[in-house]
Amino acid sequence: MSAHRQTVLFDAPGPRARRRILIANVVGILLVAAILAVVLIRFAEQGQLDAGKWSPFLQADTWLNFMLPGLMATLRAAAVAIVTSVVFGFLFGVGRLSHLAPLRWFCSIVVEFFRAVPVLLMMIFLWIGLANVRIFPPQDVPFIAVVTALTLYNGAVIAELVRSGVHSLPKGQREAALAIGMTRQQSLRNVEIPQALVAMLPALLSQFVVILKDSALGAIITYVELLNEGRRLGSAEGNMVPALLVTALIFIVINFALTALAHRLSRYLSSRTASRTAQVSPTPNLLPGEDTAEPAKRP
Amino acid sequence: MDRFLSLFQDYDILGAFWANIQLTFWAALGSFVLGTILALMRISPVPSFQWVGASYVNIFRNTPLTIIIVFGVLGLYSQLQVQLNENFNLNFFMLAIVGLTVYHAAFVCEAIRSGVNTVPLGQAEAARAIGLSFFPAAWLIILPQALRGAVAPLGNVLIALTKNSTVATAGSVAETSGLMRTMLEFNGDIALLIFLIFAVGFVIIVIPIGLATTWLSKKLAVAR
Repeated sequence: MSAHRQTVLFDAPGPRARRRILIANVVGILLVAAILAVVLIRFAEQGQLDAGKWSPFLQADTWLNFMLPGLMATLRAAAVAIVTSVVFGFLFGVGRLSHLAPLRWFCSIVVEFFRAVPVLLMMIFLWIGLANVRIFPPQDVPFIAVVTALTLYNGAVIAELVRSGVHSLPKGQREAALAIGMTRQQSLRNVEIPQALVAMLPALLSQFVVILKDSALGAIITYVELLNEGRRLGSAEGNMVPALLVTALIFIVINFALTALAHRLSRYLSSRTASRTAQVSPTPNLLPGEDTAEPAKRP
Repeated sequence: MDRFLSLFQDYDILGAFWANIQLTFWAALGSFVLGTILALMRISPVPSFQWVGASYVNIFRNTPLTIIIVFGVLGLYSQLQVQLNENFNLNFFMLAIVGLTVYHAAFVCEAIRSGVNTVPLGQAEAARAIGLSFFPAAWLIILPQALRGAVAPLGNVLIALTKNSTVATAGSVAETSGLMRTMLEFNGDIALLIFLIFAVGFVIIVIPIGLATTWLSKKLAVAR
């Protein structure tokens, strides 16, 4: 949208407008510099810029003992949760499309319930609840709680993606499938869902970013992932601020890469489906049919 | 049933929900203002403003909220000595609001930008034709229509914010998730009941927001 849109919102600037833009630009740069300076001065005053606070990141031990194991734990939880929530999402998404009314209602209630409940509440409940019933070895309970809670919430969101993906296909796709003698189930399985899947891939990738980000909630329920390891490093080396900033940076880099991939994918895939491959914002929609309220992207 | 009622007597469940609602309210206000400013920056003709808006969104949208909230306590408060209030508890409460605000402002910015996309080109062209420069055109013509088109995505951000206010527990704020944890630890035998009380509480808060924004987005939609 950007380039196209922006050339319309304001005229091609003449000499005066160019001067004004230049002045505003300089003011903007100065403002950013001023804010950065205030932050850095604050950091320096509190001794956060001392070499000793940052030098641990130059040592292999810091990475081998703290950051990399933490990153592995985060990625492990996220990877397992991604697989299980895609499975969950497809089962319940297809369930909501079923023509068996009771099955449809059941799936709808499950999906709407898990979309409305905060992930953290589910995590804490599963963590303490599973510790009480003693089915799993105690050291695995936080991991299971994290993965299950992420699965229930994100699976419900993916179920919505599947459903809205099928609904946003042109009607002609189903009509054509029925016309050549397919049953409704066959049409769903062989024609509609494969195309909906292609259309929803970018949104699915955005949801993976949500899963990765929310896996940091595991830190609250003592799952030893990247944030927890970063915090441990911060207390061990007495460099909490740098430790948390580096932890955040690792998350940002991974998520940024995933988001960029989603963008490229949505552009590439738009020729492969009868549906539109709009990027869906990573915040969840609550009610069915809300997706249609999403504004269509300008060509 | 007795256990159920005694839970409400022994623990301040409604008070905990009230804390979440307050967190949500202030953070919603803050992130709406900040997000609108960011959206204006992103559509402005000034490169440095665009860059600031885009960087802000990319940084905060991709950072886990938990890290931001934890940073408020362990970084801003303990290390950088940032204190927003003399009162110990109120200070953490305000830090959590700041954390929720900076995180959700990035999503509000994107929601408003998606609203800008719903405004037809002709509107901007007409604004230019009557001689409005960028800021008046954006403020008087584009933004009011964009906000109407952005009601549904903004509602989604508000719903996410309501649920995310539970993460404030990582910032030492007393609210629902912390209370639920305490209750579960002392009443393990009725864990499911306790969870359902809180889960249904959130369903009761969240569903009306969803219904209201869906209704509003239809009512406010600009007929074209």
